[in-house]
Amino acid sequence: MYPSFFLLLLLTIASLAYMQGKRRAFSLTGLAAGSSRLHSRPGYYGLLTALWCVLPPLLIFVFWLAISDSLLIAMAMKTLPTSLQNLSLDQTDLLVNNLRNLIAGHVAARDIDPVLEKAAEQYIGLQHISQMALGVVMLVTALFSTFSVYRRICPEMRARNHVERIVQISLVLCSTIAILTTIGIVLSVLFESIRFFQQVPLTDFLFGLKWSPQMAMRADQAGSSGSFGAIPVLAGTFMISGIALAVAVPIGLMSAIYLSEYASSRVRAWAKPIMEILAGVPTVVYGFFAALVVAPFIRESGELFALSVSSESALAAGLVMGVMIIPFVSSLSDDVINAVPQAMRDGSYALGATRSETILRVIVPAALPGIVGGVLLAASRAIGETMIVVMAAGLSANLTANPLQAVTTVTVQIVTLLVGDQEFDSPKTLVAFALGLLLFIITLILNVIALYVVRRYREEYE
Amino acid sequence: MESMSAVLKSGGALFSGAEGVIQAQVRQEDKTPREDRLTVGLPFVDDARMTCRGVSVFYGEKHAINNVSIDVGRNQVLAMIGPSGCGKSTFLRCLNRMNDTVEGCRVVGDIQLDNLNIYDRSVDVVPLRAQVGMVFQKPNPFPKSIYDNVAYGPKIHGLASSRAELDEVVESSLKKAGLWNEVSDRLDQPGTGLSGGQQQRLCIARAIAVRPEVILMDEPCSALDPIATATVEDLISELQEHYTIVIVTHNMQQAARVSQRTAYFHLGDLIEVGSTDRIFTNPRHRLTEDYITGRFG
Ligand SMILES: Nc1ncnc2c1ncn2[C@@H]1O[C@H](COP(=O)(O)OP(=O)(O)OP(=O)(O)O)[C@@H](O)[C@H]1O
Ligand SMILES: [Mg+2]
Repeated sequence: MYPSFFLLLLLTIASLAYMQGKRRAFSLTGLAAGSSRLHSRPGYYGLLTALWCVLPPLLIFVFWLAISDSLLIAMAMKTLPTSLQNLSLDQTDLLVNNLRNLIAGHVAARDIDPVLEKAAEQYIGLQHISQMALGVVMLVTALFSTFSVYRRICPEMRARNHVERIVQISLVLCSTIAILTTIGIVLSVLFESIRFFQQVPLTDFLFGLKWSPQMAMRADQAGSSGSFGAIPVLAGTFMISGIALAVAVPIGLMSAIYLSEYASSRVRAWAKPIMEILAGVPTVVYGFFAALVVAPFIRESGELFALSVSSESALAAGLVMGVMIIPFVSSLSDDVINAVPQAMRDGSYALGATRSETILRVIVPAALPGIVGGVLLAASRAIGETMIVVMAAGLSANLTANPLQAVTTVTVQIVTLLVGDQEFDSPKTLVAFALGLLLFIITLILNVIALYVVRRYREEYE
Repeated sequence: MESMSAVLKSGGALFSGAEGVIQAQVRQEDKTPREDRLTVGLPFVDDARMTCRGVSVFYGEKHAINNVSIDVGRNQVLAMIGPSGCGKSTFLRCLNRMNDTVEGCRVVGDIQLDNLNIYDRSVDVVPLRAQVGMVFQKPNPFPKSIYDNVAYGPKIHGLASSRAELDEVVESSLKKAGLWNEVSDRLDQPGTGLSGGQQQRLCIARAIAVRPEVILMDEPCSALDPIATATVEDLISELQEHYTIVIVTHNMQQAARVSQRTAYFHLGDLIEVGSTDRIFTNPRHRLTEDYITGRFG
């Protein structure tokens, strides 16, 4: 409650600072009366003052958020009797956990340990004090920095440049956050994978043809030692994604061409939103559609041709997934095709080209980067899709080229490996990270290839 | 002559329903009385390639061309002049039905090419546009290489049977448009990378590569320097031996140099048509005179 109150107060002071800064700049122009003009427009002086009012306290606030909890816990733990202070690392962790639960009030009254309760009280008391202190420090900093900037306002001050500098820095910060997150995720996956590869050789993983990650838990247990060949799982992923793309790319592209080139604006107005609804259907719904309608249908039609189709098949999952990703292809392609200037079409028509010639030779090449972008997006959705596969294609890792058999995919395996209680040092769970890393690298390569294709064949209009 | 006036009348009757709207708009835009805006001069010729009778064009509610009747003579150059926004481009685009692609655009009246109504249901616009080529006011090269820009038309119409023949068509078209010397060593680079004036000539080369019989040019020299302009004017004079040409221009000297007949448009009306010599030496209509002597607004 306190921090939010102080933040509100801070904003109020900031708006006051804005007005004061602006006013001071105005009054300076009045004094100077044309002899020395302001460097920037008065608004910038106000903005600069307000920014200096908000930013330093905000930094302090973020800093406090980052460290206060661990600091307070440490201080609370100090109040515990010495017998409890020199425990092993694990036991301390447990104790801290208990303490936290107590502080959050998650513990029934009769289970409360009086010693811990005291620590919790200590924590809460300290928290109050630190919040008060934080508020005061923030206010003082705000007033101080505001005032010092306010006093330095003079006609020569380059307020606009300062403000632009601050804006630029914040832009850089935002993009850094995105980049750092990516790097962080990649690194954490990478480190876990390295742990996995210390136990299972890289070549076994990359080139192994057998996937059965079950491992004996105890020495006396019968069972395999687990084999971690990624090929069957990858093959399943590619087969299902391939089927999905084979469905989605032609249908999506053609419907995009129809919508943007042939359909009247009235048809467009209702057809496009309906197609986009497809993208909003939850994948579980697609999943049972695949399992209950499409898979039986495929099996029955297979029987007509005396083909043995398993009740779960790659084809069923791929077809339904294809329908799911149609809107990614169609909607994006439609947008880029629409963005091709009418002048291109006119130029082609005026040379006596037909509509289809114009579309094939002028419009699609000009829209190619966007179309490839849409296909890539669809492909990454297909590769990452889990639910439909679980429900329609099964969990068994067959290495097969027959789309009528059950297969499994990388993401499905990751889910099944990590569901339930797991210990995070056995190869069985660590392989999930290795699979994740592999998937990441493969999609990255796909992206690079697509980028190259686009660069090579792009026809840029103005 | 009689049949012609009959057509004129029926053309007038076609849009009589919209007359009220037109009147209101005209009064808003211009003080010139209605009866002063009838075409003066000689809109009709004996040997006509294209004949237009009572042509009106609407963009939705907006009345852009008002009951225009004019002939385009065979192997002649017709220049269209007039202040900006008077409907020159709009009228030009009617002649090969490019207005079909504009949503909400409606063309009424009768336009014939070799005695065939091009707005007839039975007419296929694709061969029509191959026959009546067009160079647009704004250069619109395709985002392809310079070579492919020029080869586009010949390829789709199968005008060249071999690669060598295609090369020849491309080279001769570029030469005629006066662009060959500048681009001969970079035919594989994108046409969109050329300068504005070069793009304009590229579009001319692209249009004549299809060998249309009638060529419509919308300000083909607006971004060209005097030397390139002279090349294009030479091209027009050369083409005129075999082709029929309609050219829109804001440059009076150009109209005087290249055309045999000149038409003056004013706010959607065709004010005066006549032989170019006569129009520029002895305009009959006050509006025409004001415009060519530079007194217009
Ligand atoms: N697509 C369109 N939609 C609506 N109105 C249009 C459209 N194109 C042109 N107009 C209108 O029709 C009138 C005639 O336009 P047009 O382009 O034919 O003029 P113009 O004589 O070629 O002018 P300029 O010399 O500037 O090229 C103008 O008032 C214009 O605003
Ligand atoms: Mg124009």
